[in-house]
Amino acid sequence: MTFSDRWQSLKRDPRIAWGAYAALALVLVTLPFLVGATAGNAWVRILASVLLYIMLALGLNIVVGFAGLLDLGYVAFYAVGAYCYALLASPHFGLHLPGWLLLPAGALVAGAFGALLGAPTLRLRGDYLAIVTLGFGEIIRIFLNNLNAPVNITNGPQGIDRIDPLQFGAFSLAQSHDLLGVAVPGLYAYYYLFLLLALAVVFVSLRLENSRIGRAWVAIREDEVAAAAMGINTRNIKLLAFAMGATFGGLSGGLFASFQGFVSPESFTLIESVMILCMVVLGGMGHIPGVVLGAVLLVVLPEALRYTGDLQSALFGRVFVDPSDLRLLLFGLALVGVMLLRPSGLWPSPIRRREFAATE
Amino acid sequence: MEALLSITGVSKHFGGVAALADVSLAIERGTIFGLIGPNGAGKTTLFNVLTGLYTPDGGEFTFDGARVADLKPHRMAARGIARTFQNIRLFANMTALENVMVGRHARTRAGVFGAIVRGRAARAEETAIAAHAHELLDYVGIAARANDLAKTLPYGDQRRLEIARALATEPKLLALDEPAAGMNATETGALRQLLEHIRADGTTILLIEHDVKLVMGLCDRVAVLDYGRKIAEGTPREVQRDPAVIEAYLGGALA
Repeated sequence: MTFSDRWQSLKRDPRIAWGAYAALALVLVTLPFLVGATAGNAWVRILASVLLYIMLALGLNIVVGFAGLLDLGYVAFYAVGAYCYALLASPHFGLHLPGWLLLPAGALVAGAFGALLGAPTLRLRGDYLAIVTLGFGEIIRIFLNNLNAPVNITNGPQGIDRIDPLQFGAFSLAQSHDLLGVAVPGLYAYYYLFLLLALAVVFVSLRLENSRIGRAWVAIREDEVAAAAMGINTRNIKLLAFAMGATFGGLSGGLFASFQGFVSPESFTLIESVMILCMVVLGGMGHIPGVVLGAVLLVVLPEALRYTGDLQSALFGRVFVDPSDLRLLLFGLALVGVMLLRPSGLWPSPIRRREFAATE
Repeated sequence: MEALLSITGVSKHFGGVAALADVSLAIERGTIFGLIGPNGAGKTTLFNVLTGLYTPDGGEFTFDGARVADLKPHRMAARGIARTFQNIRLFANMTALENVMVGRHARTRAGVFGAIVRGRAARAEETAIAAHAHELLDYVGIAARANDLAKTLPYGDQRRLEIARALATEPKLLALDEPAAGMNATETGALRQLLEHIRADGTTILLIEHDVKLVMGLCDRVAVLDYGRKIAEGTPREVQRDPAVIEAYLGGALA
């Protein structure tokens, strides 16, 4: 029995699998307390935004990874979700609709926008599709920036502030709560909510991947003509991919608005789309664990690099390279390195050897 | 008995070139219909018209007793015309099994909701898709490669996989575009057996092929295209003796 055989049989053992899941669950549940106690609550915020980006990256993964449609304007759907929440739950219009309603509503509106913006691009592929989606992404941002006159809808570049925090009944995520005698800050409640929703998004992605719809997406990515010849309505299935991806983006957007309490067009620039795309590509396009890894790395590493300024002054007595410059430099190097050494991503999907009931 | 497929006066122009000019054909159920002709005669163009990739400039098209009006590729697959491609077009980064499972798309229903909730009906359908795909891989003789990526299969197996994928759509008419291209004599012999099996199981076949021996041995009827026109049709024996066919293939000077 070779090592890899032994590894395979270990992985198949249900006790080991459950043990691993239980350990993972324990880590995820205690993480904010561990991180909060050691690194401070700023890092718990970063954890929460890791979870937001996991949702965004998994949404984009449906469009880019599964269906193979290169979308450079994905952040537009994030913006739609965020503004849906912000406009309807802030003093801006004086509306304070409940968050549990606005989150799914924002996701649905974003999904509709996904289909709407997807429709004119159906005949395009590759670079041309990328250029048009990039344009759509910018159009949404520019609209948000300029819809403050003659009628003030989005409040323009100033953005919308004092957005209501999420509240479920009497339970507000803005306040700290007593749990078994321990004071749990509202920030942690956001973490748990994001964790729950991120797990749901992972679950939905996994289910979609191994389904008739998921296979149709991959078939379109591999060969659109052959996919159509096999009876796949390529138009509808591509629109479905745009809509599903945008739905996840809209959900994350709503969460972002409630979490930050403030949104402005500046949060939804092209570079944001590029970052989310990098998470998907760097992690491993179409492979869900890889995409999650990509999101974790690309949120955590830049934050960690902020500390290099302190490190430099401690070592050399002064700062040689501005940490923010260093981030861009290392990010560029990392991208070049991955493209050269691991062109299919850090954690690409292995050749799947699934066993179906029929062969057993 | 009414023909499975009949086309009347179908034309297709690309700019000034008439790829198909006034072509009429009728294919009887349960037969193998051969379509031959020199390179550029319009064979693949005719295929693309039949499977909805091209819209014809004119002509009538009846399939399985109904006029065909909207020629969308996925609609044609749903109607019961499945095809393979001259230059193999498999889903390269999917396994052989998944390729065939994609072929079940038009005959199954599960949508996003079914995929996420995976209720009893969706699970049963998914199991049936996998079982059917396994059967078809076995039928074309590549069951052992079920979990290999399509791009890693040897050439002959890729041709077989394309046929299995097309059969997964439960076609009434299976249209094969040069299935024996690039095959050696042994592989061609095995392919011939497979096609005879398919015909015996009741699926009508439309076959484009350059291998004259295969066409003459296998087909019930043969039509010959040249410069977009049908120049002959009949049993293989009749077509072989037709002076117009000999002229098209060998040139006027020799005829």
